[in-house]
Amino acid sequence: MSAALKNNRNIELVGFLLIAVTIMVVLPLLLDNFRLNLVGKYLTYAFVAVGLVLCWGYTGILSLGQGVFFGLGGYCMAMFLKLEASSVANTKIQSTPGIPDFMDWNQLTELPLFWIPFKSLPFALLAVIVVPTLAALILSIAMFKRRVGGVYFAIITQAAAAVLTILIVGRQGYTGGINGITDLRTLLGWDIRTDNAKYILYFVCCALLIGSMLLARFVIASKLGRILVAVRDKEDRVRFSGYDVANFKVFIFCLASAIAAVGGAMFTLQVGFMSPSFVGIVPSIEMVIFCAVGGRHSLVGAVVGTLVVNWAKTLFSESFPQLWLFAMGGLFILVVLAFPRGLAGLVTDQIVPFIGRLGGARPASPSPAASPAE
Amino acid sequence: MSNSTDFLLALESVSVSFDGFKAVNDLNLYVDKNELRVIIGPNGAGKTTVLDLICGRTQLSSGSIKFKDEEITGLKEHEIVRRGIGRKFQTPSIYEDLTVFENLEISVPRGRNVVGALFWKRTGEVIDQVREVAAMIFLDQHLDRLAETLSHGQKQWLEIGMLLMQDPELLMLDEPVAGMSVSERTRTAELLERVSKGRSVIVIEHDMKFVASIADRVTVLHQGKVLAEGDMESIQANPKVKEVYLGH
Repeated sequence: MSAALKNNRNIELVGFLLIAVTIMVVLPLLLDNFRLNLVGKYLTYAFVAVGLVLCWGYTGILSLGQGVFFGLGGYCMAMFLKLEASSVANTKIQSTPGIPDFMDWNQLTELPLFWIPFKSLPFALLAVIVVPTLAALILSIAMFKRRVGGVYFAIITQAAAAVLTILIVGRQGYTGGINGITDLRTLLGWDIRTDNAKYILYFVCCALLIGSMLLARFVIASKLGRILVAVRDKEDRVRFSGYDVANFKVFIFCLASAIAAVGGAMFTLQVGFMSPSFVGIVPSIEMVIFCAVGGRHSLVGAVVGTLVVNWAKTLFSESFPQLWLFAMGGLFILVVLAFPRGLAGLVTDQIVPFIGRLGGARPASPSPAASPAE
Repeated sequence: MSNSTDFLLALESVSVSFDGFKAVNDLNLYVDKNELRVIIGPNGAGKTTVLDLICGRTQLSSGSIKFKDEEITGLKEHEIVRRGIGRKFQTPSIYEDLTVFENLEISVPRGRNVVGALFWKRTGEVIDQVREVAAMIFLDQHLDRLAETLSHGQKQWLEIGMLLMQDPELLMLDEPVAGMSVSERTRTAELLERVSKGRSVIVIEHDMKFVASIADRVTVLHQGKVLAEGDMESIQANPKVKEVYLGH
């Protein structure tokens, strides 16, 4: 193992620790409950960004439809919560008590079949992972086995995001339509709207995010990770090394989607609703921008990028709501032109060598782990 | 068609056309076990296309390709590789973002499915294998270098090394000395001599001196057909060959 690689690995480790300490210790100490819940919401997008590092950064599969998987995960969670909130006692003023309110408004008189299993929490939790992964599996097998890739794949994922949005909005009685699934209250009787619950859910979200990052880290560090880089580099050549490339692309796309779906479920729990505005084309592209700003080759970078862009978005849109979209567009152009490896690239290419030079000026202190701490 | 043969590779009446243009036209080509065969021919003779057909990159329009007496037409590229055919491309085709070691490691013919790759262990055996091949291809001092930083000649060697890791029974090399210096060519000729032991090799080459130094038998392709076949001397003496290729 060369010194440079070892150094990068140390930087990554430090980054992992820094991000864990920041989100689990520093931010909870610094922020009030409202702001912390906001960060919790941002962190749910970070799941998507982590998935994008795997499939876009490492494998070169640009997906402009990750909102689909984020949304499906979120909707599976929301369906369970909605059913729990729609007990007969809660909904006795409806013409059909015991079904979600939006169904009643849409003249449905009984629960649709596909909603029934979502009365069970284990089923719903399983569905949070399985439904989006299955969707990703079907989409990616259909594309990658036929060797559709690159821009064409990006366009197809974009179309998928549009299709799902239209489907949800159009089938209001089954999905809650444009409003989404709202007025979620309790999880097995535990009121998720209280400050205390939000506080706990924030930490659950952090733990799951760090778990996802470690899982992603494991994949990247394995030989499979190197095969992914090889696929990004020279997909054709990988076939002639004896690998069935499509299987690897399907796997990583499904994994990225499953991770995004966990984020979606945590979004529903922390924010208290799910709607098509987190599924469609615009949020999907925003998620790609989070990842690009942070650095698509870096797990830590993607999380930091998500936090930074969302923080900026909140600040900006509180003061100049009309300008935010321009700022975001400008930011994306700036990243692509000036620092294509994102914030993480800035750190590893500029700041760390700079610190290294500072450290190098002193007589022999070659410990690379010590330098970022300075 | 033919019955069971001793040939390692047998192409029979193979044709392929691209939009009506017959790049390969009713071609028959047989390669023996442990033979080093060189294919030469003017530009556009169909040399690279023949390799593309064998390794499954291009589908043939008609004919049959048998490897170890089994039909391999219609198989996917990775399946053909797993049967024991390795292919080197004209321009060095390596993984630039990985190190020399990782390039060779990826080529080890084990752990080729998703699960196998995920739980791959870099055992001492793997490391030894990589080092052994790295020494053969003159890159044992460069294992930790990113492949993109190698010189052109070293990249060519690395790709040959990646094939050696696969330990194929048939090795196909498309212009392995293109862009190499004279001394690199000499070393590559030595390398080919060593690696061709115990396996069959097909080489496409333009450099006549290089061809003369390595070939057992030479096949001359012209307009998608075999124009002549034999040892280097008879090829050089062949008037048809002189006319289309060597003469100009």
